[in-house]
Amino acid sequence: MLAFAIRRAFQSFIVLLVVGLVAFSMFNFVGDPIDNMLGQERTGADIERLRVQLGLDQPFPVQYYRFLEGAVQGNFGISYRQGRPVSEVISERLPATLELAFVSAVLAVIFGVALGVFTAIRRNGWAANTIMTLSLIGVSLPTFLIGILLIYLFAVELGWLPSFGRGDVVDLGWWRTGLLTQSGLKALILPAITLGLYQMTLIMRLVRSEMLEVLRQDYIRFARARGLRDKSVYFRHALKNTLVPVITVTGMQLGAIIAFAIITETVFQWPGVGLLFINAIRFVDIPVMAAYLMLISVMFVSINLIVDLLYFAIDPRLRLDRRGGEK
Amino acid sequence: MNKQAGREPVLSVANLSVEIPTRQGTLTPVDKLSFDIEQGRILGVVGESGAGKSMTGNAVIGLLDPPAHIAGGEIRLKGRRIDNLAREALRKVRGKEIGMVFQDPLTSLNPLLPIGEQLTETILEHLPVGKTEAQNRAVAALEEVGIPAAAQRINSYPHEFSGGMRQRVVIALALCAEPSLVIADEPTTALDVSVQAQIIALLKRLCRERGTAIMLITHDMGVIAETADEVAVMYAGRLAEIGPVRDVLTAPIHPYTQGLMASTPLAAKGKKRLSQIPGAMPRLTDLPDGCAFNPRCPIAKDKCRRPPAPNLDSGGGNAACWYASGARS
Repeated sequence: MLAFAIRRAFQSFIVLLVVGLVAFSMFNFVGDPIDNMLGQERTGADIERLRVQLGLDQPFPVQYYRFLEGAVQGNFGISYRQGRPVSEVISERLPATLELAFVSAVLAVIFGVALGVFTAIRRNGWAANTIMTLSLIGVSLPTFLIGILLIYLFAVELGWLPSFGRGDVVDLGWWRTGLLTQSGLKALILPAITLGLYQMTLIMRLVRSEMLEVLRQDYIRFARARGLRDKSVYFRHALKNTLVPVITVTGMQLGAIIAFAIITETVFQWPGVGLLFINAIRFVDIPVMAAYLMLISVMFVSINLIVDLLYFAIDPRLRLDRRGGEK
Repeated sequence: MNKQAGREPVLSVANLSVEIPTRQGTLTPVDKLSFDIEQGRILGVVGESGAGKSMTGNAVIGLLDPPAHIAGGEIRLKGRRIDNLAREALRKVRGKEIGMVFQDPLTSLNPLLPIGEQLTETILEHLPVGKTEAQNRAVAALEEVGIPAAAQRINSYPHEFSGGMRQRVVIALALCAEPSLVIADEPTTALDVSVQAQIIALLKRLCRERGTAIMLITHDMGVIAETADEVAVMYAGRLAEIGPVRDVLTAPIHPYTQGLMASTPLAAKGKKRLSQIPGAMPRLTDLPDGCAFNPRCPIAKDKCRRPPAPNLDSGGGNAACWYASGARS
């Protein structure tokens, strides 16, 4: 298992190097930031000075090496637009995105698994059929539309919840949280639903089909033949056997939640890194874009690594090598 | 079957019918089946695939998959009717009073739970014992079915056992709440030939020690000959013949049983080419009128092709045939 973990960690490292190369090449291929940063009244000397200051006069490999060196230390240079270190800009925005993603993911997993199990057990009941039909909406409606519909209903028509922003935040020094104030929590509800709805329906449909598959297995029949209670048959015997594929997809979706927060953050003007990224694109603020790309890929890769390791915790058949040939 | 009068059978099935409604009409995979099993006795149920053997077993333990359902008849366990019990009451019968062993030990055990946990959960469900006592009993149950070093293996997962060992675990699970009846649905079909005899001997020994009755579903005549006290031959959902195993095997009276015996390889018969029954068992969707066996029967006459179908009384109590030859006393 340790060998497996090391091998997977190494693969993750390669992936990050490749992403780093892609992120870095943006500096050379996506327009010239100098144009944007200096106004119409620039002189040749100004351009040259800024080029040297930003390190853009160096040859390509040197720039790449410097970029990697900085990236490993969390230093992505200076935002072209804001003139402040990128790490600072991102770290003050990151808590907002992580809180939003975390709450969405928790909602998606809890409701997704619960509804998935329910619709599998009551396969032909009217409640299960209604949920399944409604879930099609969750899968097929685009996120921005769901967000706008929710804003229209709950913010404009009913006026219960705020339509944008993060509400009041509490500064914990290194983390500004909106989870501790009432307005912060209220502001979180709509974006969290918007962001998590697709994932929830996806998890639900997956849990349902996996449950239906497992419920056909012999060991479920045998568990029933042994007179075990429904609760035990469904949750102890069936649900656990559905978890490996469910965790795989949930892990990938967790990455997607953080990445796709861009759209939700735009709709709700949520001050997170997604919105930061959109604004960075608008102003060709390449250091911010590159840092964002790296950040997302680090998250994706580490989530996948954790998911792979979770398999071992769930399925004893994968732990074979640790017991050393016992038969 | 002449048994001591007054002794109540453990399992008594009378006119049991199972139906499956389909778009093409209602199928009857089990049609007015009747048989008894007495305490400590072994009834072998034989027949081709699709004859309704497993369906009968599932009906008895109350595990028919909808839309299949019991459409008529009675099932009594130690005199108490169990075919019309409510869901929860029936659950308490399963495992506690009727144990079941399935065909494939590789898929019968939950791969993600240690076998000890699967044993203790069953024991705790059915017997009034505490956790420690349940664990002790789990170890004892594993020892009894011949798992070496049971106390250490209790935390092993199913994949750490071989097929034969897993079937031993399955038997331990079926018997751990001390049921009075075990339904064994082809318990050796998926096993190595060398292991089959061990498993059958184990099942037989454990049930004799406890006085547990067995309903042994199989298509292996050899297993029946070695194990069963009585044998019931099923054909197309109906009982073709029933009786003490020696009589049925050596002097079958239903033409189907006769054909079945003639097509069973026996060392004593020499190297003669095996005979076979021409044709195939009819599908449930197009059963012939009258006796279901008539299209394949060498002695079928007009009466066999007209309703009603013969029942056991038609053949002197042992065989469902109008023209059963050599009826036993």
